[in-house]
Amino acid sequence: MKFFVSIIVTAILAFSMGYVLPWWSIAVTGFISGVFFIQSKLLSFLSAFIAVALFWGIMALYISNANNHILAHRISLLIIKKDNPYLLILLTSLIGGLTTGVSALTGRSLVLIIKKV
Amino acid sequence: MKYLLFILFLLLNTTILFVLGSRTVLPLPLGKFLSVQEGVWQNAEPANIDFNANLKLEGIQGNADVYFDERLVPHIFAEQENDAYFIQGFIHAKFRLWQMEFQTHAAAGRISEIVGDKAINFDKTQRRIGMVFAAENALAEMEKDPVSKSAIDAYTAGINSYIDRLNSSQLPIEYKLLGYEPEHWTNLKTALFTKQMTNNLAGYDRDFEFTNALKVLGEENFKILYSDLPDSLYPVIPKGTVYAAQNEPLTPPATADSLYYNRKDTIHLAEEFKPNPSNGSNNWVLAGSKTKSGKPILCNDPHLGLTLPSIWFEMQIHTPEYNSYGVSFPGIPGVVIGFNDSVAFGFTNAGRDVKDYYQIQFKDDSKKEYWFSNQWKKSNQRIELIKVKNQTTVQDTVAYTIFGPVLYDKSFKTELTKDQAYALRWVAHDSSNILKMWLLLNRAKNYNDYLEAIGYFNVPGQNMIFASKSGDIALWQQANFPLRWKDQGLFVMPGTDSSYMWKGYIPQDQNPHSVNPAEGYLSSANQRPTDSTYPYFIPGSYEVYRAITINRKLQGMFNATVEDMMSLQNNNYNVFAEEARPILLQYIDRTQLTAKELDYLNSVASWNLSNDALEKAPVCFNAWWDSLEVNVYHDELNMGSIPVIKPERFILLEAIEKDTSFKFIDDINTPELESLSMQVTSAWKKASTHLKTLEQDDKITWGKYKNTTVYHLLKTNAMAFARTGLMNGGGVGIVNATQHDHGPSWRMIVELTTPTHAFGVYPGGQSGNPGSFYYDNFIDTWTAGKYYPLWVMNVNDFSDKRVKWKIHFSNN
Repeated sequence: MKFFVSIIVTAILAFSMGYVLPWWSIAVTGFISGVFFIQSKLLSFLSAFIAVALFWGIMALYISNANNHILAHRISLLIIKKDNPYLLILLTSLIGGLTTGVSALTGRSLVLIIKKV
Repeated sequence: MKYLLFILFLLLNTTILFVLGSRTVLPLPLGKFLSVQEGVWQNAEPANIDFNANLKLEGIQGNADVYFDERLVPHIFAEQENDAYFIQGFIHAKFRLWQMEFQTHAAAGRISEIVGDKAINFDKTQRRIGMVFAAENALAEMEKDPVSKSAIDAYTAGINSYIDRLNSSQLPIEYKLLGYEPEHWTNLKTALFTKQMTNNLAGYDRDFEFTNALKVLGEENFKILYSDLPDSLYPVIPKGTVYAAQNEPLTPPATADSLYYNRKDTIHLAEEFKPNPSNGSNNWVLAGSKTKSGKPILCNDPHLGLTLPSIWFEMQIHTPEYNSYGVSFPGIPGVVIGFNDSVAFGFTNAGRDVKDYYQIQFKDDSKKEYWFSNQWKKSNQRIELIKVKNQTTVQDTVAYTIFGPVLYDKSFKTELTKDQAYALRWVAHDSSNILKMWLLLNRAKNYNDYLEAIGYFNVPGQNMIFASKSGDIALWQQANFPLRWKDQGLFVMPGTDSSYMWKGYIPQDQNPHSVNPAEGYLSSANQRPTDSTYPYFIPGSYEVYRAITINRKLQGMFNATVEDMMSLQNNNYNVFAEEARPILLQYIDRTQLTAKELDYLNSVASWNLSNDALEKAPVCFNAWWDSLEVNVYHDELNMGSIPVIKPERFILLEAIEKDTSFKFIDDINTPELESLSMQVTSAWKKASTHLKTLEQDDKITWGKYKNTTVYHLLKTNAMAFARTGLMNGGGVGIVNATQHDHGPSWRMIVELTTPTHAFGVYPGGQSGNPGSFYYDNFIDTWTAGKYYPLWVMNVNDFSDKRVKWKIHFSNN
């Protein structure tokens, strides 16, 4: 249960912070998520990863769909040399997830140190 | 362990943020770039985008509305004229900001700031031809005139009003790709835009190549190979027109024989970034006597490099003073090619030479003094600081002489010696307010208004075509064209002697022109403006063949309709091939050809002379002619590292039409005497080898061979933003002048009925955003040779179903 709650809360937090802050706010989100949700490091990473991978992935998919994938066709060709919108959406999702997940690990491991002391 | 783990994760975390947030490891900061809230996804415009808005902007004086139709063409309705320019600036920026800034950065020689050191030579060239100097001179003149000043001020304010509202997520894609941000627009940038256009249209010259050719070939041969008077010339102003004699014809300086015609050296100089000599256009106008409606029809298609975003942006401007429609340049206020409720106007390039070089003798490497009229004269030094992305700023000192800036010297071109420095005398450096011409044309009501307007225009020389609803048609070749003694400016001139300087300009009333001619039509297609009876010496880079097709068609045309005009603008007939093919077929020795070579030959022989996309023959014919020219000229004109230039196509064609033993046909490197037949046959055999390769690569049809491409402004760096493989006919010397990446950048037909009946299309789209449906949505229509009706909205049309969106502008 805590796992799912942490996913949802992290996703909402990432979305809200991204409204006003640059892209790296997902790292701050991940860090906060790692600090506040007491769970194993693996679950901490996974929940943050899934939260923003889903948030970025779904939002990219939504935007791209509404755009008839015009932009994603061009950008995927430009940066991954393959005309495949879904690959670009996947890449977006992974980058968001990874950044947030690792930040959660950093936050979680900091908490573990502080608690010990 | 826990400490170690924390440190490990922290390190990993910082690494990820660093890699994804900077350009140090990856070429793009992928995290920032792909962020759904900040990055490129924000540029993915929804297909059902809503552009409706109600904007309260400081700088707007009255009320104004912009109605966008289904092609995203804005129709500006403003209560005050300056508000119209403010809004035009705002809308240009909204849809084309990156291009406007990039093009004016290019004009100012500031590309290294964006792309790094690979552009340093380009930037230096721009600075050294005096682009900023020219723009400053122009701006001073524009700002002296209160009307044009307030128009530019409003335009600039509109652009900046848009820029100030932008946040980083809304930046155009190219800023996100290249990693920089827009700066504020200035009036100087508008002036820079006009100078970039001037450089494209009046910046091409062959002075160094001609100087070398003269030295190597001698005067007699030079005159044969580089004449600009073809027998088949169809001048803009019809042959037989009587010109008043020149008041006081100029004579060459006494020293011309020794210092000008017989210079001692050739000039080894690798020139870069020359404008494309194909920058040209077609325009014509039919008087009511030749049209079905009884009203004039005016047509124009400017031939420029085809780019995305397009150089053009279509719009209507409606103010209490006037109502104009047409295409504008994102970067300057007003409609540039178009029409209003009373008149229509269009342009083609004059191609006249308005740019000469003078050889400067500096006292020493400091370039502070140069020898002129028997004394050392001080130069003005302009220090150019070229900022380079991620590197230290490059400094370049440009010396300004009495002629103009020294473009080439040994501090820029290492192949030059101390005594070789070349200053530029270029009409583009003169001050003038060319913007005023468009501000006046937009409101012109009749021929006299047009005449007053074009008087403000000094460069680049244009054939300005005009028609009015009252029935007048006119064409003036307008600009300041230097008065020259015969041959002046063909070659590099001595810069030590004041007698070689320009002696003023041809009086404007003697510029070639025609008003309401008996023929009932006027046209221009970058050909020489007049025949040899025009009393002035007018060198230039002229086209020959498009004009022939256009004149033939228009002469025989009566009851002409808009559809006839569409068909003429898309005409693929090849007049050059019509003249050249019979000779080639007559002189080829078929007995020497293989079966395959005969097969290709048959496709040329049976060709209908139309450069259609699916034809094989245009590829075969071009290959044949090109290799014949190589056979004929390679011996005389092969000068190793010394730059020369190939003679125009008509030279060889008209020579062999008259004399099959034209002296350049023989290969001077062989003991035997080559005949025309030998050269034609050998050229065909060489061409056939090339054709076989093309056939294997499936590139032997004209459309596939030519591969018409509309590149993004970043060229091959952004092929994903380009449109390639357009199956388009036409070509050089064809009315449909579509080459690989160059051609009709806007096709317009205006029938001056009431209401105006107008059509147009350009190969692009109104939005500069590659993430928008409106980025390239006109291209297929353009490729198919089709048009859109141009909808001149009026005040009763606000609720017309063609209106898709509306933006209301007000002060509060």
